[in-house]
Amino acid sequence: MKEIINSIRARFPALSENEGVARILATGFLMHLGVTPAALADIKTVVSEAVTNAIVHGYRDRNGAGCPVFLELTLYADRTLVITVRDRGRGIPDLEQAMQPFFTTDREGERSGMGLPIMDAFTDQMKITTSPKGTKVVMKKRLP
Amino acid sequence: MKATTANCGEDLVVRVLGDVDHHTSLGLREEIDRQMTAAAPRRLVLDLSGTEFMDSSGLGLILGRYRKAREAGCELVLLRPTPAILRILRLAGVDGMLTIRQEKGEES
Ligand SMILES: Nc1ncnc2c1ncn2[C@@H]1O[C@H](COP(=O)(O)OP(=O)(O)O)[C@@H](O)[C@H]1O
Ligand SMILES: [Mg+2]
Repeated sequence: MKEIINSIRARFPALSENEGVARILATGFLMHLGVTPAALADIKTVVSEAVTNAIVHGYRDRNGAGCPVFLELTLYADRTLVITVRDRGRGIPDLEQAMQPFFTTDREGERSGMGLPIMDAFTDQMKITTSPKGTKVVMKKRLP
Repeated sequence: MKATTANCGEDLVVRVLGDVDHHTSLGLREEIDRQMTAAAPRRLVLDLSGTEFMDSSGLGLILGRYRKAREAGCELVLLRPTPAILRILRLAGVDGMLTIRQEKGEES
């Protein structure tokens, strides 16, 4: 990975309209890199999933307007893209269980429980650090 | 949220336009359910050819409509999902559960 070519950071309140904003940020960050449509679709999807989880689960039962979500995109010289999404929310009590396909703590919200499995499948590597003080998701993807 | 609907015989066709994420899926759900109640169709066709983006919130929307439709004795058909959407449907195994049509009349 080594040398950083480009990097952006954003901080925004946990409002659902910012899910689309986060996807546009990622699209803009990649616009000059000749990324294939399939890879771009994957990246938009995983950014959307991680940001949505921060908003829906991290800050559940809180007023999102006062709750920060952090998105960081970093591109390395070997075309590795690192996506980091962080919240200061409630954390994930059982990570292994959360990773199971179709597991969700929000049935009435019609959540599918497929967000984390999709993030895992669409990237080369995913690492989650979580505690009752918040959650950090780091995903790596080598751009074609 | 954008959805246009048309009654074609016993089919209710809903064209889902733009992005389907957590932000837009609630409005879409209400709109589709309202149309379903009003039309009581034999078949609900979700036309995804104009859906520019969909993540797992859209999957939740589709699975929720699948259950509701089945309870009402109605079949759910997904029409012309884009390659990106198809990838998500396949990952979740939804392609084996309900009918996905690439073109009118043709099933996969
Ligand atoms: N940032 C987060 N903060 C707290 N809990 C989370 C977070 N991300 C995921 N979770 C937990 O993990 C579960 C599974 O997440 P996911 O696979 O995205 O499914 P869904 O969002 O459909 O529930 C969620 O239902 C929630 O309980
Ligand atoms: Mg999720």
